[in-house]
Amino acid sequence: MLAWAIYLSFAGALAEALLPKGKAALSRWLALVVAVAGLALTVQGFIAGIGQGRVVIVSLPWVPSMGIRFLLAADGISRVLVLLTGLAAVAGVLFSWNIELRTNEFFAFFLALIGGVYGVFLSADLFLLFVFYEIAIVPKYFLIAIWGSTRREYAAMKLALYSFTGSAMVLIGLLAAYSTAGSHSTGLVELAHANLPVSFQMWCFPLVFTGFAILAGMWPFHTWAPTGHVAAPTAASMLLAGVVMKLGAYGCLRVGMALFPRGLDPWGFSFVGIGSWRDVFALLAVIGILYGALVALAQSDFKFVIGYSSVSHMGFVLLGLMTLNQIGVTGAVMQMFSHGIIAGLLFAIVGRIVYDRTHTRQLAELESMHLSKRLPFAAVAFVIAGLASIGMPGFSGFWAEIQVLIGAWMVKPWWTLAPGVGIVVGVAYTWRALQKAFFGDALPSTHELEQEHGHELAAITWPEVTGVVMLAGVSLAVGLWPRILLDSIEPAVKALLAGGGQ
Amino acid sequence: MSEFHLLTLLTVLPFVGAVTALGAGKHARGVALITTLTSLALVLVVWTEWSRLPVVGGYGLIEQYKWVPALGIEYHLGVDGLGALMLLLSAIVTLMSVDAARRVHHQPGLYFALVLVLEAGLFGSFTALNFFHWFLFWELCLIPAFFLIKLWGGARRGPAATQFFVYTMAGSVALLVAFLAVFVSTGSMDFPHLTLLASTGELEQAITSHLGPVTIWLTIGVLAGFAIKVPMIPFHTWLPSAYAEAPSPVTMLLTGAMSKMGIYGLLRIALPLFGPQIAQMRTPLLVLAVATVVMGAWAAAAQKDLKRIFAYSSVNHLGYCLLAIFALAIPAAGTAAQTSQAMALNGVILQMFNHGLTAAAIFWFIAILQQRTGGHRGIDQFGGLRKPAPVLAGLMGIALFSSLGLPGLNGFPGEFLIFRSVLPLAWVAATVSILGLLVTAAVILTVIQKVFTGPVPEHCINFPDLHGGERLALAPVIGLMLLVGLLPQLIVESVNPTVMYLLAHWRF
Repeated sequence: MLAWAIYLSFAGALAEALLPKGKAALSRWLALVVAVAGLALTVQGFIAGIGQGRVVIVSLPWVPSMGIRFLLAADGISRVLVLLTGLAAVAGVLFSWNIELRTNEFFAFFLALIGGVYGVFLSADLFLLFVFYEIAIVPKYFLIAIWGSTRREYAAMKLALYSFTGSAMVLIGLLAAYSTAGSHSTGLVELAHANLPVSFQMWCFPLVFTGFAILAGMWPFHTWAPTGHVAAPTAASMLLAGVVMKLGAYGCLRVGMALFPRGLDPWGFSFVGIGSWRDVFALLAVIGILYGALVALAQSDFKFVIGYSSVSHMGFVLLGLMTLNQIGVTGAVMQMFSHGIIAGLLFAIVGRIVYDRTHTRQLAELESMHLSKRLPFAAVAFVIAGLASIGMPGFSGFWAEIQVLIGAWMVKPWWTLAPGVGIVVGVAYTWRALQKAFFGDALPSTHELEQEHGHELAAITWPEVTGVVMLAGVSLAVGLWPRILLDSIEPAVKALLAGGGQ
Repeated sequence: MSEFHLLTLLTVLPFVGAVTALGAGKHARGVALITTLTSLALVLVVWTEWSRLPVVGGYGLIEQYKWVPALGIEYHLGVDGLGALMLLLSAIVTLMSVDAARRVHHQPGLYFALVLVLEAGLFGSFTALNFFHWFLFWELCLIPAFFLIKLWGGARRGPAATQFFVYTMAGSVALLVAFLAVFVSTGSMDFPHLTLLASTGELEQAITSHLGPVTIWLTIGVLAGFAIKVPMIPFHTWLPSAYAEAPSPVTMLLTGAMSKMGIYGLLRIALPLFGPQIAQMRTPLLVLAVATVVMGAWAAAAQKDLKRIFAYSSVNHLGYCLLAIFALAIPAAGTAAQTSQAMALNGVILQMFNHGLTAAAIFWFIAILQQRTGGHRGIDQFGGLRKPAPVLAGLMGIALFSSLGLPGLNGFPGEFLIFRSVLPLAWVAATVSILGLLVTAAVILTVIQKVFTGPVPEHCINFPDLHGGERLALAPVIGLMLLVGLLPQLIVESVNPTVMYLLAHWRF
């Protein structure tokens, strides 16, 4: 059934593209129906999958001469991320309800992107996974270049170039792995069991891992992320931070770590405490957490604050992966889900609810707009999203971060201390943005008051309320009852760590 | 296993009240009063239920369910004498705070909803026996406190609220990171279980074998979290502006109940789990405690603003608790020292309760002074109030003398027990701390002199005395102060079994 989420999204994209121009309302509703249907399928798949291990969904020969199959399968990790994609798709449509420019094309690209993301999370064949991965990059470019704002061409090009560089690295690694394994199959399971030589894994792992990690926003290859997030239209920011960055992290785990597990072994020598690729990537992850948080603290543009916070939060995912233990990797997957939901919510508030009404994202200007009084809904929503983002217990982010920290404690204490500092800085930048954007103290002058009465901000619409309630509700539900996800993630991670797994 | 889920009910009730208050608009204060009165009644039921239990001094009314087994997280509630007394204090202080907040014109629904959420957070954190559960409520308290300062505070409320929030969060993260290491080593987050492990020395062994010799750093992390909350010098810098900028009824909650969460944490988590490490660091910690006592008092003496005076005075009073806590951390105590330890711990718990009650009352009186003079709170802006307002002067005088530690009032027994027991345990620290007592006495007498005697300034000539409603509301509080002052055994007798139980399970 889950495979239908992919087909349906691409069919929806095609239908949107063929829709006559000027039927904005129709294309909105069509996109919503497709997204909701996709979500329903993923929820059904998620529930049906509880207690099951890896399930093959579709298996058809594709290029028999090279052993390539159209092979879709889902384990607990895939099912959680597919569920995230379903939620992000519905939320994205809801927060794009006010797109008037070439509406049908917008949703065509949007649904194509969603289809590609579903595809990556469900692929069990390396070649197929790569195809979907590339499919997801193209619509992103157009979404930013056509519907974007601040320096959109620059941002779109930067993002595309970074993505393609990463893809090229991945491709080289994959071709090398395929020919070295000589197994005449590109199935992920077959390749994981191919016993690739350790010396080969040692150079191929960092190549493939870095290639995917670029898309996960790993420092110092993160610079596409903030500019891309800021330039993108709201729904694209939500998807970019919410699910596209997860594609990178998912690739790191499913391809990089599962195919080349020995690539994480110690080198046999160490330099200033760095003795393996694992140490290198953990160090980069920790730097990303701190760097992203500190830079977010210094931003004057509201959306850049959220953009850099994504770099910081994705650092937790990479750090969790590098712990290589059950609890840390579980935390990493949990963080992928949690950050997907929370970043989506934050971008929706900043981009759609606030910016589309105030037409400024400068914190200094927002400070004098008294938004907590004029847009109380936005203020409350941001308080909730902010609490979730700083890892307040009771929200999903808390579980993800403490599991990563626990996993890190088991490896090296400093892997825990530095992210701990990152969390504190996270509190500071979130609260700074909250205060400046919504609770500015500057008293209005008479002139400003008159102006404010002259320009009443547009009322909050139902799609916005629905989207906020849905995303905040999911984060809270997972926060109070994390077993919803843990029961699914834990067995899958266990299998994966047990050796190429699945 | 409690059949009625009394403690869950107690924690849920304020949440229900909060939701109701949010929708009640002008009647929010009424809703809050009913909720806090009901909560107080429930706490009294908890007291009687607990004292009837056969376990002497241990946990009662336990509720325990699985939550997230992989992370050792359970829904685990229970109270002992310490927890029950803190519940009582929280219920009383919240009721006083709601009673004192008579003029909330701006969004009263939200204001009282936040106060009630704060009460729920206090109840939750004083009944939790699992680290996660406790941490959830510990953090939950921060959110309403932040917004109460941020939205209803004085002129410089913005920076004060943020400083308060970020400081406390920094402490929380240090605490969290340290506790995760404990979990990694033992696979447990359960307070009673960890206390048991620590009492046999297994906890330290487990930490050392899993993570290496980091126990001392974990201790520092945990202590930092609580030291910020109490606060202990030099982690106190967030406090004066937060207390001063918060509306006075909110300051009552901050000083009366929230500051006790820090001391409670030291008693519930730091001492049971890291006794030997705290004993090892005893001297530097005692120096900080003495500094808190003495410098808190000196700083109070230098202030001109009533709220800042009593903000620093709170630092000073909680310093006595810290002094006794660190003084009693001595390894292999003989019989005489064990008696002193028990006395010190009784003193700490009494002092927590009495400082909560007295400080909340004093800030209530400050709120009354502010209401009647259009917001004045400078010590030099008042004078001779005992002529126009004799009842106010009398009642506030009782509260002030209680804060000074006059025998016969509730401030005395706790401080007496603390000094009586710290003298044999750490005589240098006790001797230097006496300086704090003297300075505090001077500060409070100065306040009394300047506010109640001397010439009456013009804006105070028609100063109205307490009216019937206020007298009715304040009388029980003052009555309680006298009652506890004259019959401290009312509290000591119920708490002492718990003190003995705790000391028997701690290892230094």
